[in-house]
Amino acid sequence: MDVVPQNMADKPFPGEVHPTAGGGILVTKLDEVINWARSNSLWPLVFGTSCCAIEMMSTAAAKYDWSRFGFEVARATPRQADVIIIAGTIVNKMAPVLKRLYDQMADPKYVIAMGACATSGGPFFYNTYSVVKGADHVIPVDVYVAGCPPRPEALLHALIALQKKIREGVS
Amino acid sequence: MIQEVGTTEQGELVINLGPQHPSTHGVLHLVITLSGETIKKVEPHLGYIHRSIEKMCESLSYRQFIYVTSRMDYLSSHINNHGCALCVEKGMQIEVPPRAKVIRVLMDELTRLASHQLWWGAMAMDVGALTPFFHAFREREAINDIMEETCGARLTMNYMVPGGVMADLHPDFQKKVKEFIRFFRTKIDEYDELVTGNVIFKSRMEGIGYLSAESAVSYGCTGPTARGSGVSCDIRKLYPYEVYGQLQFEEVTATGGDCFARYMVRMQEMRQSLSIIEQLIDNIPEGEFQAKTKAVLKLPKGEFYSRVETARGEFGVYIISEGGTTPYRIKFRSPGFSNLSALDHMARGYKIGDLVAIMGTLDLVIPDIDR
Repeated sequence: MDVVPQNMADKPFPGEVHPTAGGGILVTKLDEVINWARSNSLWPLVFGTSCCAIEMMSTAAAKYDWSRFGFEVARATPRQADVIIIAGTIVNKMAPVLKRLYDQMADPKYVIAMGACATSGGPFFYNTYSVVKGADHVIPVDVYVAGCPPRPEALLHALIALQKKIREGVS
Repeated sequence: MIQEVGTTEQGELVINLGPQHPSTHGVLHLVITLSGETIKKVEPHLGYIHRSIEKMCESLSYRQFIYVTSRMDYLSSHINNHGCALCVEKGMQIEVPPRAKVIRVLMDELTRLASHQLWWGAMAMDVGALTPFFHAFREREAINDIMEETCGARLTMNYMVPGGVMADLHPDFQKKVKEFIRFFRTKIDEYDELVTGNVIFKSRMEGIGYLSAESAVSYGCTGPTARGSGVSCDIRKLYPYEVYGQLQFEEVTATGGDCFARYMVRMQEMRQSLSIIEQLIDNIPEGEFQAKTKAVLKLPKGEFYSRVETARGEFGVYIISEGGTTPYRIKFRSPGFSNLSALDHMARGYKIGDLVAIMGTLDLVIPDIDR
């Protein structure tokens, strides 16, 4: 019964992925199955602050249709969501709210920083007094998307990249 | 200060809506005081997307600052750019070539259509109908494709520059726009069939959120919000810019003052925009698309103001120049801010469920309000 690593005690969520050196075949295969299931049913949180939210809506709508990849169940409450897509600028007043939303999400949770503002402050990097220079100052980010705003294809690519990360057990 | 959620001494309930709430269309925070289900007071809290755009503009040159304004009211980004370009042209006394004027108006009206389409889908979603959202975005993609071909971007175009437009039209532009008009004429009737006559929708809209003409004026409401109350305030008619003075179109007003009146104004405006595009699409003059300007623009010392009609109302740009290459101070008069200030007046006395419908017909874009 030595397949569970020592640090598992700190993270009590069943199925959480750990690189188990010498892990038993049963546990590693179970992890793979769980990760595969998780990656194909990610529920995003409806969280748009500015322009990128419109492109996120376009991605959800008829032409691009993110439900092809298992994202269509957009939730309005963080307690039911798996992935938060930070679509837009985060300013100093919004930062504590974003942190609170992230804390309210149930584990396992993932973050996509959509657009230049959420990645680094983007066009609002210089000469402003109120913009957070990247959402990763507030919460950890899994996937960054470039663009101002990114095209829906770029967001879809980010979502697929996140799925891949989850399946490989690195996120 | 933000009041804690709970019960007041008078037995009224204080609740928060937002800043993260799908029907606030962004990050608006409303503190609502309720007596039972009836709204006693709505207090908007702003600043959750305040990006200090006005301050930023003070350190950007007259060519550079226009791109930031696309990110303000991102659904009317062409029209925002247009207002800024007009103000700089006024100060520099640049004469815009006729071709550029027509291209600008065409782009403005396409943007207005795209904005109203999104509003229609999002508002119907707010009051509980999910299907219109998909219909609206299907048609909106056609406009986005047209924009992308000519301007290179789908949403934040930065196409209008002082002196004209950034690049000439794409060779397919006229063909694509004509196709779109034919296609959208049938779709707008479908919109009416799907939503306008719907009994449930009407009962959510009619008699809700009444705003009298006097209140609309005193709160400084503009755009479809004020025109729904019968106030004539279309900048395209009252202070015509570019070629709007030579066009045949009606200023749409309604007298109801309720949510349904504001809804009908926007639906009719879409038809008017289509007619404006039809008048211009075959009459684009040949010639330059941009006037010859100096590489570095310097506005003379003084104060300049220009205004345009965005999809939400009057957008004003006020520049104070000290004669340098950057503005001394810029103030944007955003339509959403004034329209939002009337929300408390409109929502008082109605039920909490109606608040979302009232906000939907205001067509708020929060980055436009916070800047």
